[in-house]
Parts: sequence; C-alpha cells; structure tokens
Amino acid sequence: MRKKCTVIEKEDVVIRFSGDSGDGMQLTGTLFSETAALYGNDFTTFPDYPAEIRAPQGTVGGVSGFQVHLGHSVIYTPGDYADVLVAMNPAAIRANIKWTKFGGTIIIDKDNFTEKNIEKAGYKSDPMVEDNLDQFNLIEAPISSMVKEALLKLNLDPKTILRTKNMFALGMVYWLFDRKLKYTEQYFEKKFSKKPELVEANKIALRAGYYYAETIEALAPIRINPAPIAKGRYRNISGNTATAWGLLAAAEKAGLELYIGSYPITPATGILEELAARKDLGVKSFQAEDEIAGICTALGASFAGNLAVTSTSGPGLALKSEAIGLAVMAELPIVIVDVQRGGPSTGLPTKTEQSDLLQALFGRNGESPVVVLAASTPTDCFQYAFEAARIAVEHMTPVILLTDGYLANGTEPWRIPSMKDLPDIHPPYASDQDLPYVPYKRDSEKMSRFWAIPGTPNMEHRIGGLEKTVKGTVSYVPENHELMVNMREQKVARVAAKVPDLTVSGEESGDLLVVGWGGSYGYRVMAVKELQAEGYKISNVTFNYINPLPGNVRDIFSKFKKIVVCELNLGQFASYLRMKYPEFHYEQITKVQGLPFTISEIKEKCLKLL
Amino acid sequence: MEDNNTNRLSPKDFKSDQEVRWCPGCGDHAVLNAVQKALSELGIPKEKFAFISGIGCSSRFPYYMNTFGFHGIHGRASAIASGVKIANPDLSVWQITGDGDALAIGGNHFIHVVRRNIDINIILFNNEIYGLTKGQYSPTSEKGLVTKTSPFGTIEEPFSVGELVIGARGKFFARTVDANVTLSTQIYIEAARHKGASVIEVLQNCVIFNDGIHEKVTAKEVRDDRTIILKQGEPMLFGKENDRGLILDGLKLKVVKLGEGGIKEKDILIHDATEQNPGIQYMLANMRYPEYPVALGIIRSVPGPTYEAELENQIEQVRSKSKISCMDELLNSGSVWEV
Repeated sequence: MRKKCTVIEKEDVVIRFSGDSGDGMQLTGTLFSETAALYGNDFTTFPDYPAEIRAPQGTVGGVSGFQVHLGHSVIYTPGDYADVLVAMNPAAIRANIKWTKFGGTIIIDKDNFTEKNIEKAGYKSDPMVEDNLDQFNLIEAPISSMVKEALLKLNLDPKTILRTKNMFALGMVYWLFDRKLKYTEQYFEKKFSKKPELVEANKIALRAGYYYAETIEALAPIRINPAPIAKGRYRNISGNTATAWGLLAAAEKAGLELYIGSYPITPATGILEELAARKDLGVKSFQAEDEIAGICTALGASFAGNLAVTSTSGPGLALKSEAIGLAVMAELPIVIVDVQRGGPSTGLPTKTEQSDLLQALFGRNGESPVVVLAASTPTDCFQYAFEAARIAVEHMTPVILLTDGYLANGTEPWRIPSMKDLPDIHPPYASDQDLPYVPYKRDSEKMSRFWAIPGTPNMEHRIGGLEKTVKGTVSYVPENHELMVNMREQKVARVAAKVPDLTVSGEESGDLLVVGWGGSYGYRVMAVKELQAEGYKISNVTFNYINPLPGNVRDIFSKFKKIVVCELNLGQFASYLRMKYPEFHYEQITKVQGLPFTISEIKEKCLKLL
Repeated sequence: MEDNNTNRLSPKDFKSDQEVRWCPGCGDHAVLNAVQKALSELGIPKEKFAFISGIGCSSRFPYYMNTFGFHGIHGRASAIASGVKIANPDLSVWQITGDGDALAIGGNHFIHVVRRNIDINIILFNNEIYGLTKGQYSPTSEKGLVTKTSPFGTIEEPFSVGELVIGARGKFFARTVDANVTLSTQIYIEAARHKGASVIEVLQNCVIFNDGIHEKVTAKEVRDDRTIILKQGEPMLFGKENDRGLILDGLKLKVVKLGEGGIKEKDILIHDATEQNPGIQYMLANMRYPEYPVALGIIRSVPGPTYEAELENQIEQVRSKSKISCMDELLNSGSVWEV
C-alpha cells in the first residue's frame, strides 16, 4: 500500500482533532482511539467542546476538540500538549495553538483559511505571523477541494460531500501513525448499512486523505508499539458508561431492580441515556419533569424496594438538596451521582471542575451526614459506582458519588471484569422473626436500620421527614432528637470499617506528599513519577473515599515533611483536611479554568516546595 | 391486586396507633373516616396500600393509617408516589395533598403525574388556605381574600383543580365535600378501581383559618340547591325538589327549571363521565356558585394506558428481542479485543 519509508518508533504521542462544532471532530477522535485500542495501545481521551450545539460558525467559541494520548506504556492523562494538531479552520488554530507542542505538526484545511474565516477567528493579521506558525511543521492540505474532487463521481449533494472532510483528515493522521484503515471502514459499513452511498463516500475520503499524506511525505510515519498491559479481554469505555454499568452490576449483585429518576443535564446525561437503553436488563428509567422529581421518584422507588439512583451535575445537586435530607432522615438507600462541571450557577456546563465537594459534604440543612465517594479515572467510575450502591444498600444511607466532566466524557481501554469476581451485596431486609417491625431499630454493628418493603405482610410502617422515635412515632422531645441525630452520624461514620486504607504511590516517607482526590489522579501520578525519576523524594496519594475517610491518613501524612493538596477548585479538600486533621500544614495547588491540570504545572508548583 | 381470599377488613383495621392531631372540627377527620371505610371495601390486603404525602395539615394523614406510609417533603408527594408505583405496580398507592402542596410548590409534579397517567389516587384537600403556617392565602383562594399575607385582599386569580387536571390531559376527576362521607367513600372506591391517575378534590373546611369557606354551597340548608351530585348515565338534576337541571345553551351550560319555558326531563343533559372529549366535563368542573351549582361526584373517568403498564410492556418487548440478558453479556458486548 505504501512505499518503503523509515518508520520512527515513539513511546507516546498526543493528537488533538479540532474544528467547528459541526465538523465531526468528536467522531473523528473516537474512531482514531478505537483503532489505537485494536492496535493494543493504551490511551486516554479528552473531549473538549462548547456548550452550544452549533455556536457561531468559524468562531473560537464554536471550536470543538478531541484529544487522544496513546502510548507504548501505561497512559494516565490525555496529555498536556499535542504533538499533532488537526485544525479544520482558522478558529481551531487560534483556540488550540497554546496546547500544541512547539515544533509539532499542524494539519490544516487550507481551503478554509479564507480572509473571512481568518477574521472570524479573531486574527488581526496573518495567522502565520500572529501565531508564529512557521515554528511548527505546518501541513497545508486543501482538504475541502480534494474531497470535492474525490467524490465527484458519486453524485452527492455538496453538503454531504463536505461532511466527509473529517474522514480525509483522519486518513492523513492514520498514515502519519502507520495505522490500517480497516477498523474505521468497518465502522462505516455498520453505521451506514442502509445508505451504501455514504459508506462509499466516507471510505473514499478516508483513503484519499491517507494517500495524500503518503504522496506529500509530510512527515516520517510514527509507530507506537502496543503497551505492556495485563492479559485479558478489553473494551473501550467512557466514565459515564462505566458509572451506569457499575450501578447495573450492583443491582444484579444485590438482586434488586434498578430505578433511575433523572433530568437531562450536561455532562451527566450520558448516564441516564445509557441506563434508559438497558431495558433488556430491566432498568426502570424515568426522565423526570425536573431535578427534584428525579430524586423524589427515586426515593419513592427506594421505599418500594428498588436500587434507586439519580444522576446530575452541580446545579442539579443543589436542587436535590432537600430530598437528600429526606433520604438522610428516612434512612433509605439511594445513589446520587454528581458529574461535576464548572460552577457556580450554570457556570461552564461542558467544562470540568472539582468544586462541588463541599456541597456534597455539607450542602443541606440540619445535621445531615451522607457518604461521599469520588472516582478518579474513566474506568474506575465502574468500581466506585458499584461501591456507592453497595454502601447505600447495605448501610441504608444516601451516597453521593462525585465524578466530573473530564472523567465522564474521557475514554480508556478497560479490562472487562467478570461478575463472579465482584462481591455480593446484601440488602438488610427486615426479618419475619423480628415482628413487630420497628422502623428505626438498628443493626448493632453497622447502626443501620432494616428495610421493610411495602407489600410485605405485617410490616406496615410510616417513615418521613419529621423527627421520630425509634418506633417511628413523630417526636419533638429534645433528647430524642439528639439521640437520633447522633445515631445517623454514627451510622455513616461506621461505613469506615470497610473503607480500604490509602496507598501511597512512591516511598512511604519523604519531602513532599502530593494529595488529591477524584479526576486529577492521572496528572498527579505523572507529575510525581517524573519528579521521582529526577531523584526527588516525592509521593502521591489519591482519596476515593471522602466521607468517611480512610483510617490510615494520619500515619501517612505524618511521614512527610510537606503536604500539598492539588484540586480543581480554590482548596475545598484542603479545607476539609484542615478540619479533620488540623495538626498538619497543607500547601495548595489549585486551578479553576474549567480545564484539567497539566503535568507540567503540577511539577512546576511541586518543585517550588521541594 | 384484588384478593378474594383476604379476610374481610374493617375500617378499624386501617387505624394506626397514632393519636390524630388535627384540630377538633377539622374536615380532615371525616376524610380519614371515609378513606378507611373505602379501603375496607376494596378487597385488597392491607400490606398492599402505600400512603404518600407532602407537607401541610392533610399530609400528616399517612401517620394515621395502619398501612405503609411515607411523609415526604413539601410539594413532592406526586413524585415520590410516582416512584413507589413504578417500582412496585402491585401496590395501591394513595397521595394525600393540599391546595398549597399540590398546586403551589408541587404544581409541576402534579400536572406531570396526571399527564403520565400513573395509577395513583390523589386526594387533594382544598381548603383555600395555608393552615399549617397559620393562615396565608393559597393558589385556590378566591380573588380578594383577606389573609395574613394579603391584608388588603389577594390580587391573583385562583386555580381551578378540575381545569388543571383536564388541562394536564387527566383521565379521572371527582369532587366531594369532606362531611359527605357516603359520597366520598363511593368516590374513593371508584378512584381506586380506576386504572390511572385519579384526582379527587375534597372541599374541606379549615375550622381555624378559613372557617366556613365552602359553607355557602355545602351548608345543610342550601346544599341541595347549590350543588349537583353527578351520576353516570343520569340526567343532571338538582335542587330540593330535584326540579332544576342543566342544559346546553349554545356553547354554555345553563340552569333551567323543569316545566318552565316548556323544559322537560328529556331536555336535561345526561352525565357521561366516560366521554373522551372533555368539553362538557370541563364546563361542569368549572361551575361556580351563584351562577351554577357546584358539581360533585365523578366528573370525568375515561380509560387510558398507565405509565407503569407501558413501561413494563416496553421492558418485556426489549427483553424478548435483546441478545443481552445479564451483566456479563453486556460487559462483553460490542467492540472488545483480547490482549
């Protein structure tokens, strides 16, 4: 297919596809990463798109990007800077040049670099000069005119023809990375099985791009060899799908029907969509009239004996606060998934942030303890969604699971677990031997109450938001209220018995301990690894259990000279740690730009503390 | 759901051990009695009942019922009850709510539960006032009502419950008066048997903050002339002498007297709650004294698919066609590869 040419082998590479939000960049990136997966590379992806479905064409605000980091070794982050930038229009360059490695390759659609588009992108003069494009390996491909030419014979309308531009660009990238086209071609065949002309058009555009790159010999092809990943069966999965599947797995292990009551909200909607599609597994999905109805129907379903879930993002979590309080009071199991985004208010709907932590912990009236967990990679969303459901059911408590926009939309190859390897979940049903049923009688160990499902004879009882005695009678007796408040607090605290110890990555003692939680995981791991390789005494810990906290935090913290807490907010976890472990001093690395950290900024800030 | 082998239950079986704390003379006591009476006649085992409420005086109701009960938060009973019914369609689910709970803070959930036609029986206690917060106007307070938060009279139009139900494409709407236990009991039984969301508006008296608000139509000495009890298939006649009736005059209802202007019984409209077109039912639900008698009884009752049944059907259909029947199959479905 290709004439002999020296292939350069590389450890890892970052590619960013960018264009107008209608240019199909998300699909292009997804197809590229699927091919990478089938080549045995490890990778992580990061879609970065505007909140508007079709923002004004050609403007920087309308640029949609999809970054893929693939490698021969384990990949922890989507990468800081792109080695290759595909920019379908001037705005895409304007928006992404600062994320492109100096001297990297930029592929542009030359036909789109008209005076009008250059002006729309906000350039005052020539982009070549303004953004120093001569410092990059710029491949100016006339993509639009070439797809028009290549598809001339197919008798398609001009709009359809131009829609294949992204596949031409993908074809070029496949040549650059020495990839076969067959996986993507198979995708066309499946996707457009009823429209053979589109299969043909996309194939032609893809191949045309591939041959074009070969012909111009713009760059020596780069080969990324397979990564040394554990043997097994793999698939690609996003954080939102992994979350949905973790909940499904928990329902199966608990022998419960899964109920989800949610209202669409970016970036959490994917969870509701995935579960709505799983009617074959008996999921009862309910698209509610609002966020409050989402959680309230779920609470009703929980009362009636389902594994109840509601999914949302920051503003929705705010709306659900009162109902979470009701779940605390009624002591019903429910999982609330909060896919965090930039806030406050509507904030940055499509961008990532970790700023709902304090809302999750404390954002309710009264003494209102809940369990809070946080996932840290797209794939471990499965594990923590499962764990959230297990804790909710076994301890009869609401559990808030925090993920974020970066985890939700990011994808990774995932070694498929087997259901037999997951623990069973035991709902604490009230027993017949225990009649009459006492609603707030507690398990002596876990302090959780027992679940009596409506429909069970002789277990009729009333629960609700008013304070009650153990027997379920409404009571305003001062001592009773204090007793019940303490019991609810204790119940959540006792979840700690099964919370695994924190593990330190790196030496167990040293000069600096990097502390973080949730989605900043990959960036911290990489920054710390690189600094360790440079000889620094630095280690990293990641918290996935936020409330209750693991038992060995003090032991770990006390062995380091300095502690720095890294998070995408103004220091919420650091404040929480100051409250819980006031004997330590906490430095902070924070960022609130709606973007993940970069490895280099974490390194740089750590170096100042070393 | 009905079980003929169930030992016959009596209203007493539905009384819980809790002391009823409503004010003496409150209309809620009579509603409680009528509901307990109706439940005992349904032939449904006691453990199959779930009573769900929001916040307000009437929302304490579940505590007084010896059934499963969930006292929720303000306005959200429709949503909680929806979840209960969808999760467990085998239950007989009752929502207890008031004019503030259902139509102010819970208005959104109320119209949507009605639209979705989830099989829940909603008893809406309408006393046109906020009682538990001690006397502020509600969304059903008549315009001009002087209350603590409207010291110079309200300047808002009130909601009409029936109009909202029909506007939300409701399939069952009935109205009764708290003190009329016989009529109420019949309506509750019919509501329970109706498959879909049933809304029953109870004209209920708040003895403390809005005493006598419905008296002008419900008082013993005037009620025959100022209300009409609608009965399926029967002419719409009312009055002490049962000699007044309703006819359609152009596009409007009109009150006529038998014998006057040649009006005979055959000219009087026949009530049909089962008519799909809600035109006449809508006018009946909106009749106000003094122009008209206030309509009581089952105003609208038409069949329609329920949400929970449609959901179960869909699950069955998808299951029968899908290749995925358990998690392991889902995990290994689609694009997977071996390393």
